[in-house]
Amino acid sequence: MTTTIKTGGRDIRLSGVSKNWDSTQALSDVNIDIPAGSFTALLGPSGCGKSTLLRIISGLETASAGQVMIGGTDVTTAPADKRDLSMVFQSYALFPHLDVAENIIFGLRTRRVPRKERQKRLNRVAALLGLEDYLDRKPAQLSGGQQQRVALGRAVIAERSVCLMDEPLSNLDAKLRQTMRTELRVLQRELGFTMVYVTHDQVEAITMADQVVLMNAGRVEQIAAPQDLYERPATTFTARFIGTPPMNLLPAEELREAGVALERATGSRLTAGLRPEALHIAAQSPLSMTVTGIEYLGADALVHGVLGAAPLILRVPGQSLPNPGQPIPLAFAPRDLHLFDAATGHRVDLPDVASTLSRAGVPAGSTGATAPSLQTEDL
Amino acid sequence: MTRRDWIHGWLLVLPAMALLALFTHLPAVTTVWNSFFSTPRGRRPAVFVGLDNYERLLNDPIFWKVLTNNLWFALGTIPASIALAIAMALFVNQSFLGRGFVRMAYFTPTVLPLIAVANIWLFFYTPGFGLIDQLIGLFGYGQTNLLGSPDTALGAIMVVTVWKEAGFFMIFYLAALQTIPPQLTEAARIEGASSWTIFRRITFPLLMPTTLFVSVNAVINSFRLVDHIFILTGGGPDNASSLLLFYIYETSFRFWDTAYGATLTVVMLVLLCILAIGQFFLFDRKVHYK
Repeated sequence: MTTTIKTGGRDIRLSGVSKNWDSTQALSDVNIDIPAGSFTALLGPSGCGKSTLLRIISGLETASAGQVMIGGTDVTTAPADKRDLSMVFQSYALFPHLDVAENIIFGLRTRRVPRKERQKRLNRVAALLGLEDYLDRKPAQLSGGQQQRVALGRAVIAERSVCLMDEPLSNLDAKLRQTMRTELRVLQRELGFTMVYVTHDQVEAITMADQVVLMNAGRVEQIAAPQDLYERPATTFTARFIGTPPMNLLPAEELREAGVALERATGSRLTAGLRPEALHIAAQSPLSMTVTGIEYLGADALVHGVLGAAPLILRVPGQSLPNPGQPIPLAFAPRDLHLFDAATGHRVDLPDVASTLSRAGVPAGSTGATAPSLQTEDL
Repeated sequence: MTRRDWIHGWLLVLPAMALLALFTHLPAVTTVWNSFFSTPRGRRPAVFVGLDNYERLLNDPIFWKVLTNNLWFALGTIPASIALAIAMALFVNQSFLGRGFVRMAYFTPTVLPLIAVANIWLFFYTPGFGLIDQLIGLFGYGQTNLLGSPDTALGAIMVVTVWKEAGFFMIFYLAALQTIPPQLTEAARIEGASSWTIFRRITFPLLMPTTLFVSVNAVINSFRLVDHIFILTGGGPDNASSLLLFYIYETSFRFWDTAYGATLTVVMLVLLCILAIGQFFLFDRKVHYK
């Protein structure tokens, strides 16, 4: 891939953005800073408002309250075409009656770019995306992946400083999705624009983004780098949303003495969070899990069980599997224990978790996987 | 295929074939046949006259008059009703308060019986106290006789036709508009396209299949119109508002000149065939089907 297209990104700043439709509140008080040239993923379950937020950034929708700044200019009420951005839709939104070339240069035509310049840029973008052989085809004659490339081509040819994408990979099959993830990331780095990328797939968000904005029910749950999101979830929602299988959440009392000591230290009821990959089998431990079932995955296996009354999942290597009914003594490193306020769900940080745990006799074991688990059905 | 399958196939096609042959193909062939004979009168049977009827047609000033009328009628009503239909469909495709009511209002002329519609417009056009004269009377204009003067009679009928057809065509356009994904418009808007550009480069091209369908229908309708003329003008004054089919009707069933009526009908059929085929071939290259 050789290219001379280079667009410096612009930063995006959302402050206090809200959106209501009649009585339903789609977004409430969203504050996000998106640095210039970064790749930011808006992640969340369906219906959390992430697409609405993207449409507000694009200008296809206007915010009910709050301010949208792009590159230092207030564009809250500016129409979409005055914001100097491009957008890729989930359905690609290719014009079915125009061929690939016309689809890609549509924006150049509406902006009356001279024919010679249009052709030059078209050739460059076609080469960049490997579309040279398809320029005179209609979208219906292309495969899903090729259509996706055409949509990308239409977005990058104008060399905008901001590019918005609304679940652009969700219509592709698993294998293609994986290659496109890498290509998109490379493309964004190469061209240097600011990318805002909406997805409901944590794998996409975590593998591609510099910064992930996790949303839930119209609110921002956490804004962090992928690694921080996995290692230091700010709420129980983040803890459960990121990672597969999700983090085990259990009342702190189920950790026996250690849990009681921790609750005493904070003076409030706590929820303990332990990732399945952070739990290890110890020789001896006051915490003993009873195995109820095994889910064999090949390289490793998920052991389902109960600790006291709380269900628990533990990830073990695939070779030596415990039997159902067998008690397993558990160990985990202090830094792998996440504590949340049971009432609010917010993260609680205690300075001396390690000493509390060792005083209660919980063996530390080695620390768990520190990289996000990317085990999802599409890999 | 075995012999048995053939019989099966023909038996299945037979009912429809019989109806088509009996009521469409046979009459068409008979019409062509009759156009080569004279009109039978009393005890005098029809005799073969060859192309005499066609020669008479070429020298018939009324034929040329109604043909020209029909041409103007088609040129005047088809583009106008299609343009109006698209405009109305675009309007009621947006969301606004009372949209259902407006859609219904636009479609009402189609639902009303033709005869009733023509009578209502007859009142509108009535000289002196009709709606139109009362309205222009407010601005100090005098009495008009739109249906009664040769210059305006055809125009007056064209207005009624556009009013009647546009609502019907609008339904097709509305249905077509609703199959266009809104993302296409949004994508174009982000690329800086104005509303007019979006219409010209996206909406209108995607409506082309509908436009083809509607325009073929409109052409056929424009040659088929008799009922309005019956009520409103009776073809007059001086054939100023007579159209081809009305002339055929008068010739065949009022003056009972069936042979000449058959000749006129053949001409009309040929004309319609040429137009329909032409439209399909001309348009088809510009139409994008999904």
